[in-house]
Amino acid sequence: MQTNDLIQEARRQAEICNACRYCEGYCSVFPSMHAGRAFSDGDITQLANLCHNCRGCYYACQYTAPHAFDLNLPKALAEVRRDSWEVHAWPQPLARRFHTHGGAIALSLVVGFALILFALRALGGGNHGDGFYAALSHNAMVAIFLPAFVLPLVSLFIGLRHYWRTVGGEPIRLSHITAGFGMAARMKDLAAGHGDGCNFEDEDRFSHARRHVHQAIMYGFLLCFAATSAGTVMHYVFNMPAPYPLFSLPKVLGLSGGLLLTFGCGGMVMLKRKADRALGDPKAWGGEIGFILLLGFVGLSGLVLYALGATTWMPMMLALHLGAVLTFFLLTPFTKMAHGFYRLAALVRDAQRRSLR
Amino acid sequence: MTKSYDIAVIGGGNAALCAAMTAAEAGAKVLILETAPKTYRGGNSRHTRNFRCMHTGPLGPLVEDYSEEEYLADLLKVTGGKTDKDLARLAIHTSEECLPWMQEHGVRFQPSLSGTLSLARTNAFFMGGGKSLVNAYYRTAEKLGVDVLYEAAVTHLELEGDQITRVVYTCEGQMHSISPKSVVVASGGFQADTDWLTRAWGPAAQNFLIRGTPYNRGVVLADLLDQGVQSVGDADQCHAVAIDGRAPKYDGGIVTRLDCVPFSVVVNKNAERFYDEGEDVWPKRYAIWGRLVAAQPDQVGYVIIDAKSLELFMPSVFPPLKADTLEELAGMMDLPADKLRQTVDRFNAACGDTSKFHPTELDGVATSGITPPKTNWARPLTEPPFYGYTLRTGVTFTYLGLKVDRNAQCSTKTGLIRNLWAAGETMAGSILGQGYLAGFGMTIGTVFGRIAGREAAAYANK
Repeated sequence: MQTNDLIQEARRQAEICNACRYCEGYCSVFPSMHAGRAFSDGDITQLANLCHNCRGCYYACQYTAPHAFDLNLPKALAEVRRDSWEVHAWPQPLARRFHTHGGAIALSLVVGFALILFALRALGGGNHGDGFYAALSHNAMVAIFLPAFVLPLVSLFIGLRHYWRTVGGEPIRLSHITAGFGMAARMKDLAAGHGDGCNFEDEDRFSHARRHVHQAIMYGFLLCFAATSAGTVMHYVFNMPAPYPLFSLPKVLGLSGGLLLTFGCGGMVMLKRKADRALGDPKAWGGEIGFILLLGFVGLSGLVLYALGATTWMPMMLALHLGAVLTFFLLTPFTKMAHGFYRLAALVRDAQRRSLR
Repeated sequence: MTKSYDIAVIGGGNAALCAAMTAAEAGAKVLILETAPKTYRGGNSRHTRNFRCMHTGPLGPLVEDYSEEEYLADLLKVTGGKTDKDLARLAIHTSEECLPWMQEHGVRFQPSLSGTLSLARTNAFFMGGGKSLVNAYYRTAEKLGVDVLYEAAVTHLELEGDQITRVVYTCEGQMHSISPKSVVVASGGFQADTDWLTRAWGPAAQNFLIRGTPYNRGVVLADLLDQGVQSVGDADQCHAVAIDGRAPKYDGGIVTRLDCVPFSVVVNKNAERFYDEGEDVWPKRYAIWGRLVAAQPDQVGYVIIDAKSLELFMPSVFPPLKADTLEELAGMMDLPADKLRQTVDRFNAACGDTSKFHPTELDGVATSGITPPKTNWARPLTEPPFYGYTLRTGVTFTYLGLKVDRNAQCSTKTGLIRNLWAAGETMAGSILGQGYLAGFGMTIGTVFGRIAGREAAAYANK
């Protein structure tokens, strides 16, 4: 069950918005909201997951405090959104910890380091490893990271199916998926309807800063992911095990991705420090910053590992990097990382709503 | 105040900002004195949503075209000819060049909002509404070097002969006096001063709601009128619409409007109908219903619809009262139940063929044999549940204001005041003798704000 107070408050605000409609052009939330007259819990959950917290509607709103209507839609939706991730996540005992507790993420990271260090000592590289495999054999890495990759995906799948039922989703067509991914790929909802960007780091000034750092993180992450995938294919399909030279697919993708990820996360933390916390979910701030730092550390430690790969620092850096990656993967369904999956689901559902109208 | 300013702009809404930006671009050093705190800056502009704009061919968000003659004809229709045609033409004609100017100064437009398709040709909607326009203008004004003082309440303009020699205001509990070369008054009407409204309207005004800012109390307007500055308009003329009776006393804005009147039967507290609910499409009629309700006992009206009409209009911010029978609804609304039943029965009996009913067009589905008739969308109230709203008069702004010429310049009986200009609602009565045209307030504010800024800067730069 989602928290009723949060849903109720968001519904109260949505009903005022629906009688005003001034913000219709900003993002996907308002056309979706204005399509109905009454909002079920599922409708509110869907609207919350469509919202990118760009804050355009808050600064444009004539009904924000001290007005008696006291509208703060970005905050109300952010709270419902986080609550919805916690409620839909599986398994439940892990769900309500990491969104609101940066400390829990840091603690998990230490555990991740310890696990990898233990693996290094216990398993080592065997006798015939090159490069990183000298410290930890390929088989040992696969034994650790295959489940660490698959289990979170299973968890996310269960959570998203649950979400789809909550919001009344119907069978998906390819066109819904392409439309949803298209919105996310350009992060169109952070550009606002006028294309000037969002209101984040400097009150009502529109800027693309947040959209750009978000894209750096997203594409940086995807490039790193592509680097690992390329390595896997080269290893198994072409029998070309690591280490790879600089001008190879895994290295080119990984380096550019690592740089984007590191700088993107650094930029995002700086922006979030400038932004007004009262327009987001104040409880989730620590968890969000913790998550961004973790993701940034994954990128940075990967770059450092590359730089120090031929030195005696390598095993230590390998432990730090792999420990961070392990923690990041395992926490994916329970941290801000989950938002990407729910956001995509919401955008696909919105494309579906529009096509079925 | 150590700095000296070329121009003081009194007010902080659309007209004031247009004047300030224009003057700053002409090289003048400008100070805005806004009586509201920053969170409430922008006067009534923060509640607006669009700008009525003449155009030949598609322009920005506007489709097709809207000629000067058609625009003027629309204005003459709503004002019943009570307008200064010369100033009206100036406002209309200049509106076309304003739209790109607004974009250059940070305003962003969006397609006509859902539920307002009838305005897609004539009115350009601000993305995010009027407060986002105000925000954009403050950003631009600051970049141009305009200084802004919030919670700076101007109490007096000293008129000596044909010039304003001093501007007196209080800020942070202290009284200040400055002597800028030029002064632009753009501080709105007096509608938030209930006493003044009561003097003009009688005790009925106590029951009026004020749709916009509580800060437009007409202090500067009264001060200037007392000193013999020429006025225009009648004190009892204003933009008044019928709004949800549960709206807050001030600042309820757009969400308190009710769009259900054309599909309803409207009665007064004696459960009697008093006007043709279906006279025209609602955007063209909502502005006369404020006065209609004001003329009823206790200044209240009651709108009643049945289940089949519930989804034909924009959702209301407060849910309607709901009952399974008319008698029960009458009880909830404190109406005489027998009388309401009788009125509705007579109305229902007067309805004819409803097969041509069309909610968004004048469908000619009319009553016959009752007074007043309902000339469109007349369908009997038969399908429970029945829904009810109370209607009150919501005043947007008053029309009694400062008389200006084509240069937005004010005058006394003896001639022009050399350094005083007015823009926006405080002079809109020059053009709006009565009635209202949606989005025209922003047109007047933008056109005359820019003129006032231009003229004030030219004088200061002399």
